[in-house]
Amino acid sequence: MRKLILAISALALATTAAFADVIADRKAVMKENGKQVGVLVKMVQGEADFDAEAVKAALTALNDSVQLIDVAASFPPGSDTGDTTASPKIWEDPAGFQAQVDKFKEVTAAAAAAPAQDLEALKPQLGSIGQSCQSCHEAFRVKKG
Amino acid sequence: MLGGIGAAAFWLLTEPKRLDAATLAELGAGDATRGERIFWAGGCTSCHARPKSEGDARLELAGGLELDTPFGTFVAPNISSDPQFGIGNWSQEDFANAMMRGVAPDGSHLYPSFPYTSYARMNPADVADLQAFMKTLPAVSGDAPDHRLSFPFNLRRGLGLWKLLYLSDEPVVALAADAPQQVALGRYLAEGPGHCGECHTPRDLAGGADKTRWLSGAAAAEGEGIVPNITSGEGGIGDWSQSDIASYFETGFTPEFDSVGGTMVEVQRNLARLQPADREAIAAYLKAIPPHPNGYPARASPAG
Repeated sequence: MRKLILAISALALATTAAFADVIADRKAVMKENGKQVGVLVKMVQGEADFDAEAVKAALTALNDSVQLIDVAASFPPGSDTGDTTASPKIWEDPAGFQAQVDKFKEVTAAAAAAPAQDLEALKPQLGSIGQSCQSCHEAFRVKKG
Repeated sequence: MLGGIGAAAFWLLTEPKRLDAATLAELGAGDATRGERIFWAGGCTSCHARPKSEGDARLELAGGLELDTPFGTFVAPNISSDPQFGIGNWSQEDFANAMMRGVAPDGSHLYPSFPYTSYARMNPADVADLQAFMKTLPAVSGDAPDHRLSFPFNLRRGLGLWKLLYLSDEPVVALAADAPQQVALGRYLAEGPGHCGECHTPRDLAGGADKTRWLSGAAAAEGEGIVPNITSGEGGIGDWSQSDIASYFETGFTPEFDSVGGTMVEVQRNLARLQPADREAIAAYLKAIPPHPNGYPARASPAG
């Protein structure tokens, strides 16, 4: 019995370790996305002046990062434990999660293809990106203690 | 004999208590335009619109959202203006008693999944304004399913005891007499209509808010997640400025440009409909409240 418990603990540790890199990579992608989105938010909030070149650069970098998201590779079964806020719903509803990712890719591709040329155009562009962030985080992210 | 006395005492203590005449006199005529502000501050639509509604459908308060808690499953009812299925035929007194005392028109106790523990702190005139606004929203027919609760939570009468412990119209956070008006407004919006404490404050074993750890975060009512600590204590949002908080309410972006998530998505969508001064006031209140460490237990397993 004791051996069995030890074996299970070892397995649990091994699994956690195995997914640590996957989780760290996911977080790095999110961090990068947040950084690019931040460039746009600051302009819309009036904390930074509108800069068409900076908008284009941010939208391109965001889209490049988002297009690389591969659900199968980045969210293998079992990677919902450890230092992650990924919700178990990702694995309960893989089609729903994939649909959110696909939608996000569409939104960032469209924005990168036609970056806003003025502040008024940037607002709805950021709005649709923000909507994508929120609708996926609403359903598929869970804050943990 | 003793049992009989006990039963009589229980019956007296648990009797639903309605608003007094003085409070009812403060309701006033009710103004729909002013009521819209209260509607968005309260976020009625988050629970009472059909789940996953978008656009104008969010104003159809047909009910149906399920809240799966340790006490059982609560189902948000139809509170549309329909006179038969909704609350369109409720008098002003009926509505105010439900909002501020958790008492239904038939005199029974309402479950505190409907957060009247917060609404009890509202100004009666705001309650009347809210009802006036809700009468302008579409009538929707059809009943939402009943709550599905296990014994003893399925006995409404027992809620009378619970209310003796937890129902109060007093503010939670005491403010100095010379506290800025903005903070006082924020306290009203957050503790009253906004009912922030219902999710962000830990609950004790009987399901009442632990006011000694007000807004320090809590285990989520549903599922395994947590609701964050929004005080300035450790684990909270002490590093957010007042304008960071107000901006988050408006845009849904955190100071690090992460986005709002979970059930807060709906809340933020409602807060975005408020005037900037109201968002600033709630932010000022959150900066002024006592700091507490996280009100939820640390994660069981070490971060891996």
